[in-house]
Order: sequence, then C-alpha cells, then structure tokens
Amino acid sequence: MSQDFRLDNIGMVNRNKKISFTFNGKKYFGYEGDTIASALIANGVHLVGRSFKYHRPRGFFGVGVDEPYAILQLERNNERDPNIRATEQEIFEGLEVKSVNCWPSVNFDIGAINNFLKMFFPAGFYYKTFMWPPSFWYKIYEPFIRMAAGFGEASIKHDKERYEHKYEYCDLLITGSGPSGLASAYAAAKNGARVILAEDKPRYGGSLLTSDVNIGNQTGAEWSEKIITELKSMSNVIVKNRSQVFGYYDHNMLVMSERISDHLPKTQKYLPKQRLWYIRAKEVLISSGSIERPLVFGNNDTPGVMLSSAAKEYIKVYGVLVGKKPLIFTNNDSGYETAIEFKKNGVNPLILDTRKEPSSDIITEAKNLGIEIKYSYVVVAAKGYKKVKSADIAKISDNKKDLSNIENIECDCICVSGFWTPSIHLASQSGNKSEFNEKIDAFIPKKSKQKENTIGSANGKFTLEETINEAFNKGYEVSNKITENNNKVSIPTVVEKKSTEHDKFWCVPLPKGKSYKRFLDFQNDVAVTDIELALREGFRSIEHVKRYTTLGMATDQGKTSNLNGLQLVSDIENKVVPQVGHTTFRPPYTPVSIGAIVGREVGKHSKPTRKSPMHEWHEKNNAVFVDAGVWLRPRYYKQGNETLFEASKREAKNVRKNVGVCDVTTLGKIDVKGPDAAEFLNRVYTNAWLKLPVGKARYGVMLREDGIVMDDGTTTRISENHYHMTTTTAQAANVLSHLEYYLQLVWPELNVNVVSTTEQWAGAAIAGPNSRALLMKLFPNTDVSNEALPFMGYKEADLFGIPAKIYRISFSGELAYEVNVESDYGNFMWEKIIEVGKEFQIQAYGTEALSTLRIEMGHVAGSELDGRTIPHDASLEGLVSKKKDFIGKRSLSRSAFTKPDREKIVGVVPLDKTTSIPEGSYIVKDPKAKLPNPKLGHVSASCWSVEYDNPFSLAIIKDGKNMIGQKLFAMSPLKNKTIPVEIVSSHYVDPEGKRVRA
Amino acid sequence: MLYIFCPHCGLRSQNEFAYGGDATVKRPELNKEISDQEWNNFVYLRKSPRGKHLELWHHISGCRQWIKVERDTSTHEIFKTYKADELTE
Repeated sequence: MSQDFRLDNIGMVNRNKKISFTFNGKKYFGYEGDTIASALIANGVHLVGRSFKYHRPRGFFGVGVDEPYAILQLERNNERDPNIRATEQEIFEGLEVKSVNCWPSVNFDIGAINNFLKMFFPAGFYYKTFMWPPSFWYKIYEPFIRMAAGFGEASIKHDKERYEHKYEYCDLLITGSGPSGLASAYAAAKNGARVILAEDKPRYGGSLLTSDVNIGNQTGAEWSEKIITELKSMSNVIVKNRSQVFGYYDHNMLVMSERISDHLPKTQKYLPKQRLWYIRAKEVLISSGSIERPLVFGNNDTPGVMLSSAAKEYIKVYGVLVGKKPLIFTNNDSGYETAIEFKKNGVNPLILDTRKEPSSDIITEAKNLGIEIKYSYVVVAAKGYKKVKSADIAKISDNKKDLSNIENIECDCICVSGFWTPSIHLASQSGNKSEFNEKIDAFIPKKSKQKENTIGSANGKFTLEETINEAFNKGYEVSNKITENNNKVSIPTVVEKKSTEHDKFWCVPLPKGKSYKRFLDFQNDVAVTDIELALREGFRSIEHVKRYTTLGMATDQGKTSNLNGLQLVSDIENKVVPQVGHTTFRPPYTPVSIGAIVGREVGKHSKPTRKSPMHEWHEKNNAVFVDAGVWLRPRYYKQGNETLFEASKREAKNVRKNVGVCDVTTLGKIDVKGPDAAEFLNRVYTNAWLKLPVGKARYGVMLREDGIVMDDGTTTRISENHYHMTTTTAQAANVLSHLEYYLQLVWPELNVNVVSTTEQWAGAAIAGPNSRALLMKLFPNTDVSNEALPFMGYKEADLFGIPAKIYRISFSGELAYEVNVESDYGNFMWEKIIEVGKEFQIQAYGTEALSTLRIEMGHVAGSELDGRTIPHDASLEGLVSKKKDFIGKRSLSRSAFTKPDREKIVGVVPLDKTTSIPEGSYIVKDPKAKLPNPKLGHVSASCWSVEYDNPFSLAIIKDGKNMIGQKLFAMSPLKNKTIPVEIVSSHYVDPEGKRVRA
Repeated sequence: MLYIFCPHCGLRSQNEFAYGGDATVKRPELNKEISDQEWNNFVYLRKSPRGKHLELWHHISGCRQWIKVERDTSTHEIFKTYKADELTE
C-alpha cells in the first residue's frame, strides 16, 4: 500500500527498513523508527478509537505521553497488552494492534448511540442514575457499568515476559533530554558528577529535533547528537532512552520504567521486557519540558484536530503529513513554526491567529514564505464525523465575545496551539508547591522541597537562549556542590528566531443557536457544559469538580486538559486561576505496567523458599510438601494411592507403636550467651530459669507485655553461660527481634548476646517406644539410658564420626529425642537414622502426623497460641512464676485476665465417635437457639486420634475447666454441620505423661 | 522510600529496616508496684504526633541494631539518628 502522506526527504525513520504490522486486522507498512501513530497517519488512517462515554470517533491528538485519544490494545504471542499509546509504541515486524471501546468495529460502533443521547449523559450521570433501588446494584447496574467501563482488556493468562528491578545511585538524575536536560547533563558530567540522563522517547533531543535553531554553529539536532554521543562515552554517565521517570518519592527516591523490549518483535534472550529503576539521587534536575495546550472550540475532538507541535514533529521526525490542507489555529507564535514546516514541504496552510496584529521574527518569516494568515480569527467548529472535512471559521471581536463573518472552509486537519503548559508533575510529587505565572498562564514550580530543581520549559522558560544558559549554570552549580571540581565548560552561543507574546484567549464562544460540544478532557469526554453543570450544582473545590466530572482522571491524567479546566472554573467563578488552584499530581506520571511493578517477585519468587538439608530425601520419598512460613515441610509421605488422611494416620500410628522420624530443622534456634544469660531468660520466660543445671532443657513460655502468649519452646543449658533456645517455626524472626529489643533498649546492662542459629543446625525428632533402642544403635559409645539421659536431658555424642547433640524432648508425647547436627551433615544424619531404624520399623512422618500426635496429647501450638490467649487459657498457668517478675506479668493481673469463667483449653469428642469436627467450629449449648447464638468458644485444632481411633479436637471455651463432662454442640455454619459432642480433658492420651519419661 | 542513617552502617534504604514505634516509651522497672492505669499507659498508649517524633527502627536486614530516629511524621524529614544507648533520659 502506498503511503500517501509520507514525505520523501525529511524525517529520522529508517527508510531502508520497511516494517509491516496489522491494525484492526488490516495490514499496513511503516518504517523502522515509526510509531503506530506515525505509520498509520502516513497511510492516511486517522480513525483509531472511540471515546469513553459518547463513543465519538477518535484520532490522534499528540505525539507522545500526553496522547488522550489513541489508546490501543497490543496483541503478541497470544498475549494482550492494553492501554498502549499509539504515539509512543514503536512498530515492529508482525505487530498487531486493535482499537478498544468500540463494538463491533471502530468504523461502525453501536455505542455511538450515546453520542445522540448525550443530553441524557451529563456530568454525574452515574451518581444520579444508578442509585435506586439498592437491590439493583449487584445484578443489573454493576455488570452494566463494568461492561461499558475501561479501555481494553487485560490478559488473564500468566505473563511469560520477564520484568526486572534495579537499584541505582547517582549524584544527579536528569529527567528529560531536551535542550535543558542535555546542557545540564553535559555541564555536570564534565564537572565529574555521576549522572543519569533519562529520556522517555527513543530519540534524544526533545524540542531540538523539531525546532529551527542553531547552537554553537550546529542545528539543534546535530548539537544534541554530538552531546549525547559524548555523554554516552563517559564512564560517569548513564544515558537511557525509552525510560520514563514517573514518580518522585521521599528522600530523593525516584522510580523510572525502562521499556527495553516493547519495541522489539520478541523479547531477546537475557533481556527483560521492562525494567523498573529505583534511583536514589543526591540531586535531581527536572527537565521534563512542556506540553502544548489545546484551544477549545466546537467539535474539537474530531479526528484530524491535533496539537500543532505534534503536527510539526510528525513532519520533522517521521516525515509524515497529518493533512494536505491544514488549518492552523493558534494564539501564539508556535502555530507559525508548524505552518512554516508545512509550507517548506509543499503544503499550503492557512493560519487563524486569535491575536489582532502580532509581529515577530517568526511571523515575518511565515509572511515572507507566502503563508495566508487571518488575524482575529477563530475556528468555531470542526465539521466532519470520522475525520475533519471542513471548519466553520469566524472573525472574533476585540473583547473576544462576539463572532462575525462565519464561513465554512475546506480543510483536512486543524492544528491547534493554545500556548504551553510546563510539566511540573515531578516537582509537585516531590512536595514542591507550585505558583501561577501570569506571563505564561500556567503553573511553575516554586521553592524546592527536596533536592530538586526544575529547568527549561518545565520551569516556564520558553526561549532556547534562556534555557541553555540556565541549564549549563544549574548543571555546574548542582554538580559542584557534590564534586567540588570547579570544572566549568563554556556555554555555546544560541541563535533562534524571536517570538512575541501569546494571547490569553483559549475558548471560542458558541455562535447563536448552536450547541456544539466543546471538549476539555478528550479521553473522558468532559465538555465545557459538564463543568458548568457541576458548578451550577454547587461543586466549588477544584478537587470536587474533578471527581464529579472526571476531568483529568483518565489514563492521560489530564496532561492536555487540566489547565483549560481550571481556566473555565475560574472564568465562571470570576476568580483568577491561582485562587482556584490545581489538583494534586500523584505518581505515576504515565501508566506503568503491573508487571514492571511486580518485577521478578511472581509465583514462587514472591518470597524466598527455604528448604531443610534433608529436602532431597523427602522429595525422593514421595513427600507432599506444605508451606510453613517460608519453609517447605513434608506434610506426609505418600505410599501408593494413599490419601492425606490415610498416610498421616499410618505415620502417626507408627510413632505410637514403633518409632518415627520427623524433620524439625525449621524450628527457630537462637544462641543465648553471656554471664547474664540466666537472668535474661528469667525475665523473658514466665517460669524460673536461674537454677537450670548445665545439660538440662526446660520448656518455657514467653509473653508480650500485654500478657498474651508470644511463643513457646525448650531452651537447653549447653554450658555455664551458653543456652540453646528453640522457638516455633513461625515466630523465630519475631522472637529474635523481641530479645534484641530488650537487650539493646530496655536492659542494656545485661551482658548477653543473641544470634540466630536456625540455619546452622539440622534437626531430626525421633519419637516412639522404640526410639531409645534406635538411639543406642546410633550412638553405641554414648549412654542413652533413662538414668544417663532422662526426660529433658541433653548430651553431646558422636554419630558415626559426626558431632551431634541429643535433646530428650518430646512434642509427640512419646518417648522422644531430638538429634541436631551441623546443617551440612543433615542428610547424612537422616539417612543413618532411616538405615539403622529399619529393624525398628522406622517411618518418616510429616507435619500432619505431627499435628495428630500433639493434638491428642493436648500439647498447644500456633492454633491455640493464636495471639489471643494468655497462659491460663492454654492450661500453662503452672509455668507462670508467682515469685519473680517477667515480661508481661503485670498484665496477667488485669481484671479481664483473672475472671473465673475465663476461656480454657479442653478436648472435644463427637458423641457418635465418627464425625470429624471442622476446625473453627463454634461450641454452643443449644444449636437451635435464637441467633446470634451465644458461643462458648471455638475448635482450634482437629485430628483423628490414632490412639482411640475416633475424631478428637481441641477447643478453647469459656469456663472450660467446669465444662468437662458436659454434652454440647459443635456448629460449623460454613460446612453446615451441627455435631453433638462431649467435652473432655485436653490431655486425651497419656494424661500423666508417663511415656515421655519412660 | 526513606533513606535512614544507621549510626552503625551509614545511609541505608528503608527496606532494610523494620519500624519499631515510639522511642520515648520507658518500660516500668521490674518488680515495681504499679497501678493498672500506669501499666495501661505503658502497654497501650502511644503518642502519634504530627511533626517531630522520636521513633525506633530496627535494622533487621543490616546490623540488627535498634536505633532511634528523629523524624517529622508529616514531611518524613529525618533530623538525626541515635544509637540505642543514646538519649536514654
């Protein structure tokens, strides 16, 4: 297909490389370096979407991040990427894009009926309409609104692309590589500063690429090429294109998204799709430039109406004409520059200037080129539905209120320029309160809040000479604060054409009897009438007007609409713009993909996975794993077609009958050392610790200051001043922080050190009546008899040449030992235990069997110590010392904790001895009582007792001690179950604890 | 993201630290008779001022020291940081 709108001798795209892509299923050609927008315009395509509310036809309005219209959906590798700006996305071979917000097609869109019903869709339509009756909301209103809402469809498939995060530090971050960015980066880099220069577009240079200027005897484009080449060669400079600094956060942390592979057909191996940079900068120079403001007139959203600077960039960068019969509508000299470019490329534009008799170098040049200019003229309305076909133009009176000589003239595009709006977003995000500058009718940054300065047109400097001078000086000044190199480079001379003042006029009045829609926010379809209505309805604050009308709330965040909206509000309210103020700018400046924010932290990578040294053995032996905090623990070892229930029952039974081994490496372990260690433990635990002899372990409970149990575990006195503390798997990190808090802040006089040793030790719990016999074979040279190694005893021993530690402690309630060896020997230890244990019918058991064993023994764990229980509730009051003080003791005497009917742990058995009680069930007296049925407590843990072969649960219920023997009900509304139960002692098996001492 | 000067390690990013709350709270001495009200104040009541505040941060992914940070809670400005044993009175 021929590209009717492509110019032959201008532009920076690579004419040697043709690229094909499809738009809405149709194939088009462009060149390497084209965006979707430039390639489509070259092919004469202007209709690319439909507007949000009225489904009016939409074309291209800008040429970069400010684009409000051309939001497309990209499809590649069977994946969807919504919210793609056609003005930013570069084309690549095989690219597929399509329009959004239209059905069945962009050319024939059923939703466009809204356009003809627009009197029924005023501002606040949704708030007013979808109110009554409330029952309609879920079934009718919400699905309807959801169907209508949004641009494009997010993919619901797993995103196979890779996104990365990077942390970087620099002396100076410069956001934008226009004239001010380049000049300041050059000055700072030459002065020895570590500089990062970020450019959002693929090409560096910003306005230098399109303006007719001269710096140091070179054209703007040549000069920027030279500077960039030199910067890239410097080791203290990082230069990044396709990189948008979108957020300015606390303490000079800025975040930038780099689009690495978005412009490539396929992500290259070893390259991510996008990379998010977290940059901590000592200083920031914001050189983000400015965005041209639209002029407001009738049907100003028709495809073919676009910013004049965009039209100029399409010519100069892409060699593309946005039209062959252009109408330039301007209130300042910028429109003339665009007209001159058209003229130079063989197209005759017509300029309508709202000013009466302006004169400047640029205007003179336009006149000399023979360009037709009409002064005091405006566009009243664009004509044409899917593309501009003509325009009604009129002479405007000096007071800008009355129109005369209305006539219709033919044109195929209308390039508008309503002067420039500095992009102050980043400065504003950093906390900089902006101020209104009357000269340019826009806000500029005021006093720097963080270490940031705004330069160039972002700071309201619109002549190149001013910009270059300011940027060289600031770049030097800011870098010199850091480097103190005093290396100042000379500032090149600048030649540019002088321009004259702009006209403050921005909104064309409606001619008599006409009701053209005049749009302010092009993406959200907010027109002048909507703002007027909002103000009539009493909305005053600009923040409220914004939310009611949705002005500036679309994905472009009002880059082209905010200031005109403010102008309108201030005009109607008879205020000046600074009184109205602007809405808050928040990050991100441009949309950021969720993938980039998430980075590599997806799926299993969202947190680290910790594996015990014996993990491989578990895997080989068909372990089914369960997440225990960040650890992977075997839940059960599957044999044949066993279910979880069957396997855990088999494993638990074997512990009770023979012997089992369980990987307990995940238990938290903390070394407590120092002459005051005993005193410290005495303050941390509720029970007494001063008299624990060397070589003995003790079970302890520690509280938070509010009296709630924090954690439990055994601590062993290894030597005089050395204790080995164990914590639960889940609380290990918290307990260490807790201990450090008290040692460093509360009792710094205690001479104690704590350090985590969780990863240094591999642990195996050997439990069951055969465990001693097994131990004797494992440690033939060590006396492990009941006398030599009694319950809660500790011994160091030799395990086939490996130093091991034996703790005689038991969680299962059986005769049991925990053997620890250094982690690297973990697998060796495990394999030896399994090998030697064969003759004792040893079986490995997982966490499910472990739970069963501890539940039927009435041993408490995380489900009972759930952050709501005090020691008494868990029947641990015997461990609470009356004599000494400890952390949280004072709280235990508070009235709520000493009530006689305080909750207590009990056992629960179903009367039919067959129905398992769901965990979380309520214990109630009368299942048929009126709701809300007063609950006595809840079931904390359930198992199938292998000792008695029936279900057994633990529950924490009110006045539990006196409930034993009562017949109550366990209710689970979730599972719709009501089970008659009997309350029994929580110590269901071996209540005297004979086995552990056997 | 805050940039916190750890007196032991230097300037480090906030994601190495855990927040530890009000640093002006003093735990009552052990074995001291104390009213319910006083104990309640210690366990539960915390000031949450707008403006300058002395707070605890724990350098958990660094030196594991608890430090004291004088920070403006509305602007996030950090004025000074101290070791655990400084500013004890």
